[in-house]
Formats: sequence, C-alpha cells, structure tokens
Amino acid sequence: MKNRSFHSSMKRAPYVFVAPFVVSFLVFYFYPIVNTVWMSFQEIVPGESRFIGGENYAKLFSEEFVKAVSNSFAYTALTILILIPVPIVLAILLNNGLKRLNTVYRALFFLPSLVSVVVAGTIFRLMFAGSSKAVINTVGHWFGLGPVDWVMGGSTAMFLLVLVAVWRWVGVNIVYFLSGLQNIPEELYEAAQIDGAGSLQKFLKITLPLLKPTIIFVTTISVFGGFAMFEESYIFWQGNSPNNSGLTIVGLIYQKGFQLGDFGISSAIGLVLMLIVFVVSMVQLNLFGFFKKEE
Amino acid sequence: MRRMLLIGLAIAVAPALLCAQAKTDLTLWTFQDLHAQYYTAMAEKWNAANPTEQINLKPEVLPYDDMHNKLLVALQSGVGAPDISDIEISKFANYLKGKIQLAPLNNLIDPVKDKFVQSRLDNYKKDGKYYGLDFHVGAEVIYYNTEILKAAGVDATKIVTWSDYIKAGQQVVAKTGKPMTTLEVSEHWSFYPLLNMAGSDVVDANGKASLSNPTNVKVLQLLYDMIYKYKIAIPTPGGFHHSEQYYGFMNDGGAASIWMPMWYMSRFTDYMTDLKGKILIRPMPVFDGSVNGIKSKFVSAGMGGTGTAVTLQSKNVELAKRFLFFAKGSKEGSLATWTVLGFDPIRWDTWTDPATRAPNKFTTYFSQNPDLFGMLLQVKDGFNTTNVGGIYPAVIDSVKHNVVFQVLSDKSKTPEKALKDADAELNK
Repeated sequence: MKNRSFHSSMKRAPYVFVAPFVVSFLVFYFYPIVNTVWMSFQEIVPGESRFIGGENYAKLFSEEFVKAVSNSFAYTALTILILIPVPIVLAILLNNGLKRLNTVYRALFFLPSLVSVVVAGTIFRLMFAGSSKAVINTVGHWFGLGPVDWVMGGSTAMFLLVLVAVWRWVGVNIVYFLSGLQNIPEELYEAAQIDGAGSLQKFLKITLPLLKPTIIFVTTISVFGGFAMFEESYIFWQGNSPNNSGLTIVGLIYQKGFQLGDFGISSAIGLVLMLIVFVVSMVQLNLFGFFKKEE
Repeated sequence: MRRMLLIGLAIAVAPALLCAQAKTDLTLWTFQDLHAQYYTAMAEKWNAANPTEQINLKPEVLPYDDMHNKLLVALQSGVGAPDISDIEISKFANYLKGKIQLAPLNNLIDPVKDKFVQSRLDNYKKDGKYYGLDFHVGAEVIYYNTEILKAAGVDATKIVTWSDYIKAGQQVVAKTGKPMTTLEVSEHWSFYPLLNMAGSDVVDANGKASLSNPTNVKVLQLLYDMIYKYKIAIPTPGGFHHSEQYYGFMNDGGAASIWMPMWYMSRFTDYMTDLKGKILIRPMPVFDGSVNGIKSKFVSAGMGGTGTAVTLQSKNVELAKRFLFFAKGSKEGSLATWTVLGFDPIRWDTWTDPATRAPNKFTTYFSQNPDLFGMLLQVKDGFNTTNVGGIYPAVIDSVKHNVVFQVLSDKSKTPEKALKDADAELNK
C-alpha cells in the first residue's frame, strides 16, 4: 500500500513540476497564437465579427507594409553588421589589457542597456532635435554644418534607430563575446605562437572559429530583436514618422490593431512577421552550418 | 444614559450615511488634464443642483494613445470600459464600427438641437443617432503677430482674400525677412482646414478616401506655392504647430501669422507668453477665385474636437447621459467651456451671453480682440460640414505620415501624385 502510493506520486511528480509551465504556455502562448490565426481570417468589430477568408491577407501588401518590412530588414541587417564585429573587437581588447581598467570599461559599456528605452529614446530625441540649439546641431555648427532635422527629416530616421540600438546593445554583446573568449584555451595561442603565427592569423584561425557558437547565438537573438523592434521608433515618432521612415512591422501591427481598431489585419501582419523571422532564422542558421552534423 | 446618547448619535448620523451611500459612482476617461478638471467642477455643480441624484465622479487622465487604445479594447472585449469617455474626433469613427457600444444621446440633444452648431453635432452621428457631444466649434481663424505686420507696414484688417494674404506676405518677407506663416509637414492642421473651407473634404459619402479630388489638389498646390513660389511660408519648425520647437520659434517672433482653430488660443496663453497683447485674431482669408482658381462660399471651418460618449457598459447609462449633457450641452455647461477652457462653445446661443464678454485670461492675452464672439457670430453660417466617418482615422494618418511631408517637405511628389497615391493605398 505504502509502496504503491509512493509509486504513483513518483509518477505524478514530474507532471506537477512541469504543470506551471505547460499551463502558462497553453494560456499565454498557445491559445493566443491559435486565436491569432483564426482572427487573421476575420473582420473584427464589436459584437459582429465575421469570417472574411483571405481578405486581410489580400489587403496586406500595401505600400506601407512594404515600407515597414523593408525598414525592419534594413534595421536588422544594419544592427547585425555593426553589433557583431564591433563588440568582438572591443571584447578582445577588454580581454587582453589591464584588468582593473577593463572592469571599469566593461561596466561603462554595459550601463546603457540598464537604461529604459523610453528614457533613452526621449533623450536621443531631444539631443537630435531639429532646432539649431539642440545638442547635436550645436556640435555640428562648430564644424560648419547647418542644422539638420534629424527626427522629422525622414532620411535620417534609420540612422537614429540604429544609433540607439548600437548604444544600447554594444555592452551586452561584449559580455557574450567575453564569455566566449574566456572559454578558448590559452594553450592554442601558445601552440600557434610556437608555430610562428601572427596576431591576425591567431585571430582568424583560432579566435573566430572558436567564437562561432557565440556568434550564432548573438546573431539569432539580434534577428529576433531586430524584427521585434517597436519602442525606439514609437518614442521618436509616436507612430507618426514622416514618410513612414521609422515604421517597423511591429509598429504597423500596433497602428492597425490598437490605433485603428482593425485586429483582423494586424493578426495577419503578425503571422507574416512570424513567417519572416522563421525563414530568416533558418537561412541564417543554415549558412552558419548549424544543422550540419559534427565531423 | 450612555445608551441613549449612542442611539441619538446613530439617528443623527443615519441620514448622512444614507446620503453618502446614495451617491452614484461614475468613472470618466480623458486624455486631457484640463478636461478632467472641467468635469470635476461640473460634477460639483451637478451635485449642488441635484440633491436627490448625487454623483461621485471619478475622472482618470490617460495619455492620448493609451486612452483610445484601452477604450477600443474594452469596448471590443465587452469589459472594463468607463461610464463616460472622451474620444478625440479623429479616432471617433473607430468606435462606430459593428454593433455600436456607445449610448445614443438623442433624447437629450433633440429638444434643443437648433441651439447647437449643426455640423459639430453631425460629426458624431451615425444613422440619425448622436453618440458624442463636443466641447467647441473649433472655428478656424488666423492669428496675426501685429508687431511684425506693423514693421512691414501691413494692416491685417485689410487682408480679406487669399490673394491679399499672399501680397501682404510678400511685403512682410521683403521688409522684415520673416516668413508670413509656417505650414505643418507632419500633421494636418495647415492642409485640412483649408481644403474644407474650399468646399472639399477627405472622405466621401460612402466613407471612402477622396483625397485626390481636384479642389484638394489645388489647395495643396497653393500650400506648395506659398513655400516655393511666393516664398511667404516655411515648413513648420519641429514639423507641426504643437511642437516645443515651434512654440519657441513663434514666441521669439518667428513668423507673422498662423491659421489654427479657436482652441489654439490656449497654446498662446500657455506656451507663447511673450506674445501677450501682440496677437490679433481675424477671420480666415476667403477663396474668391483669385488664387489657383479656388472659389468657395465658406468663411471658416469647424476643426478638431472631442466627442464625449457614454458607454453601454455603464450600469447607469441614463444618469451618465444626463450628467454629460449637463456638463457640455446645457447652456450653463457650454458657457463654462469658454470661461474655464477658452473654447468657442458648441451652443451658439451662448455667444451673445454677457458671460462671454467678461474678462478672463484669454481676453487679457488677446487684448486686441475685444469682441471675439462678435466675430464668431459673423462666420457662424459659413461653416462647411466635415465627414469624419468611415476610414477617416486612416485618412488623417495618411495625410500626416505621407501627403504633406512628401509635397511640402521633401518635395518627392507633386500634390496630385501624393494625393492619388494616398487614395489608392487607402481604398484598397
């Protein structure tokens, strides 16, 4: 008797332990996703929602959608192009130099990521205001440059967004790469030294290949982060950027769903976004040889 | 003895307790702190006037976007909406979709309908039912900086038509080097009132976008010409007339004039204090056919607004409606929109009331305008209607994001192309 109850509780325990996760997954992820798919085929109005087939998807491919997608792609690509090489170089420098000074620099680089996006975005917006009295334009004036309307000028929107991203994430990526670097055994460099390798060769033949797992990881989260970007753009323009120059896919979902009340079409955009991120991630992981068998 | 005292006390306190319980809670959402203060003051007046139907008004001020989004979700999902809510005019159509979740106000408005400026009621109407009540007329007027005009030798009272305005503008630029006006490139307050005054609109009777009609093209061309041909205007510093940057620019005597609705007066009194006593409010120049062939009988436009609505989720729909009407639709309430908020009241029968001539912070600031309401009465019958139904919210968004920026700021499209592209996109 005693034995049996022990057995059954042993059998039940795992389910009990995973239950909180499973329940929260079902309620907060699975149900909304399924419902989003369903809603993307509906016209959602209070009290009278109805099934309209693929109409939302047909309406989807408009000029602003293309603009939002291309903005998101550009943003993701630019942030990856900057936020992988720059932190790697900085991490290597921080890994080699004076220890005490490095701790200070590491903290300094990391600090921006602790600042709320709203606060940082607001400060950037004010610094880059179009007025000739704003900080950046004042500095530009010293070098003989006329005032630039950074925020409302249209063409400088992407620059601002990428700048904020770089400022915020450089420190975080440095931490990832530092931990990657510290896992590379010192002996490899010693052996290379004996074989007569220079620093560039050591970097290309040892550091980069052994950092690959970290690079894959950082690229993957940067892809997710890039396509999910919304707050920065919202703080700069409140969803009202000139020529939609700061509009992102998530911004478009917000605009269509919450500002214009068309939850059907914003569900459709959400699903397309999911598809885009899935495809991009797969391509990216494939390029890195993530799915290849270890040789 | 002690017991007797207790019983006596209980009897004495009981009515007060009962009364307190009889107060009905009414929640109210708004995106404007000034509105909240206004409603609170009106709730006190209501309680003084209605001892048997006391209310306990709970106003909540939320950021503009948050408030509209929360309300939309609450009404869609059927829970969580307040009893009463402010809804800004460019968002209102979003709440008139499907089964309407707002209470019609007809039983209160209909008996005194003729006392209201009609077009301002119709903005919140669907199928003959009024779902919202506005604060003000929002009459479009023009504000002149008389200091600059004087330096240029221009008499503002002689400016009657748009060709007069352009001529005066060129004189101002030549004499002072300052622009006659600023045009918004990220909002719609320069373009929309003008096209409305020109007899046109942005949404047609079927609720579809009609931005690219010939009149709108001509009006947008006129704005373009003001900047690049006549060189009397510049794109607004900061992009729009509510930016901190613009307030600073204008306050420093940056431009000689600006056309905005009457409610923009409070921006002058609050953000451009150095211009006190220097601003003259005048009726808008009219389209007499002399520029770009635009001819129209309209002399003003009713712009902007906040339709306050009662939600069907309220447990006290009738009481909420009556309080709302008391606060905004009664003669007393309508007068208070002027004395407290500086609005041009939606009830034109208040415009002749002595209370509108009494001094307040607005009459002190705009000392050059002793008879503002006389001017309003002059233009009263010259308002065009505005269609704010159908996809109006998306149309206004498109004007803000694309049209005015593409034409007036980065000059990437001609007026016709920008408007046609916007229509094609919106009417998909």
